[in-house]
Amino acid sequence: MSTEEATVTAERELQGHFEDKIARDQRVEPRDWMPSGYRETLVRQIAQHAHSEIIGMQPEGNWLTRAPSLRRKAILLAKVQDEAGHGLYLYSAAETLGVDRSELTGKLVSGRQKYSSIFNYPTLTFADIGVIGWLVDGAAIVNQVPLCRASYGPYARAMIRICKEESFHQRQGYELLMTMMSGTAKQRAMVQDATDRWWWPSLMMFGPPDGDSPNTRQSMEWGIKRHTNDELRQKFVDMTVPQAEALGVSLPDSGLVWNSERGHYDFSEPDWAEFRRVLKGGGPCNTQRVERRRSAHEDGAWVREAAAAHAAKQAARGEAAV
Amino acid sequence: MTTGPDRESTGGAEAPDATGGEAPRAAWPLFEVFVRGKRGLNHVHVGSLHAPDEEMALHNARNLYTRRNEGVSIWVVRAEHITASSPDEKDPFFAPNGDKVYRHPTFYEIPDDVPHI
Repeated sequence: MSTEEATVTAERELQGHFEDKIARDQRVEPRDWMPSGYRETLVRQIAQHAHSEIIGMQPEGNWLTRAPSLRRKAILLAKVQDEAGHGLYLYSAAETLGVDRSELTGKLVSGRQKYSSIFNYPTLTFADIGVIGWLVDGAAIVNQVPLCRASYGPYARAMIRICKEESFHQRQGYELLMTMMSGTAKQRAMVQDATDRWWWPSLMMFGPPDGDSPNTRQSMEWGIKRHTNDELRQKFVDMTVPQAEALGVSLPDSGLVWNSERGHYDFSEPDWAEFRRVLKGGGPCNTQRVERRRSAHEDGAWVREAAAAHAAKQAARGEAAV
Repeated sequence: MTTGPDRESTGGAEAPDATGGEAPRAAWPLFEVFVRGKRGLNHVHVGSLHAPDEEMALHNARNLYTRRNEGVSIWVVRAEHITASSPDEKDPFFAPNGDKVYRHPTFYEIPDDVPHI
């Protein structure tokens, strides 16, 4: 047997081990052999997810200095800090696949990797903070809970950690909205306006319709994805309608109606042309978000350098003392 | 194998490309983080982070992994200082105990009417 043949045989055997693990619903761990497509898909998905958490700090951070009370400010600070934490859990998971997080940051600020299109919409009033918690984090929970069982161990473990914290995010948002709804007519109008603006982008968070999602089948075979985009979107709508009723706001879709035959709500198609436009960079805040991330990274360079210089100096002193 | 515990060591398909940003590893090394959830439990690996030195790694680990009382003690260790066994498909490291069933209590048949054993 030639060397090449031996390599092919060994590869086939490793592929068998991998498929066997997936079939038995076992987790794949960092140093296991895995097909290059599996690795690339995971890196792309985890990086995109991490970037979304980091960029997601901006629309909410926009209201930190203008929160209406110290209580709301403390809550919002904790939430924005959580988003940073979620980003770091995910970068940590991505790094187990052989990439480096500063490389991923480089790809984000140069536009070579994407983040969720939802964060390209502006937060116009403080009601947006409540609606983001309720709808955007609500949609994120629906997306993320199945990922806690993803076949790649570090990703699944990061998601478990994240999901534990998302519940706080959603509840603080809903409570904020309940408070505003029990306020003045103007406050109630702000909540309705924010709901109208965030509803469709929230539905788009689940990605394109199943017919237009070419990677779904492979991701499901690999156990990275457990449900299709449309299944998750339906689940979110079914969960959210009663919450909107309890809150006393309407959802901006005349096609939204209970279908007793299906046992689900029917709803209209989101504007997929808008989705593609925003994803390609044509949303209201795309340029601003990436520019802000880039300047934060560049403005922080001296801190990273100073800390590294300090560490090197301390290490040299320690060696001299020995 | 002398790589860290959770590091790809074989040069995967997604090898780091140099155009991404500054040379980072040289500046801020990678630390693995272990947290003791509460007294009486072992420290458990929870993830990793980058930090310039051990002290900053501890502070960052506190802020990143214990924002909600998840721990009472943290260990950080440079990833490069961890020695790990190979994945099982490449090296049957754990095979030697596979055929030693007599190491388990269920190997021994004891009559049902013998108490407390």
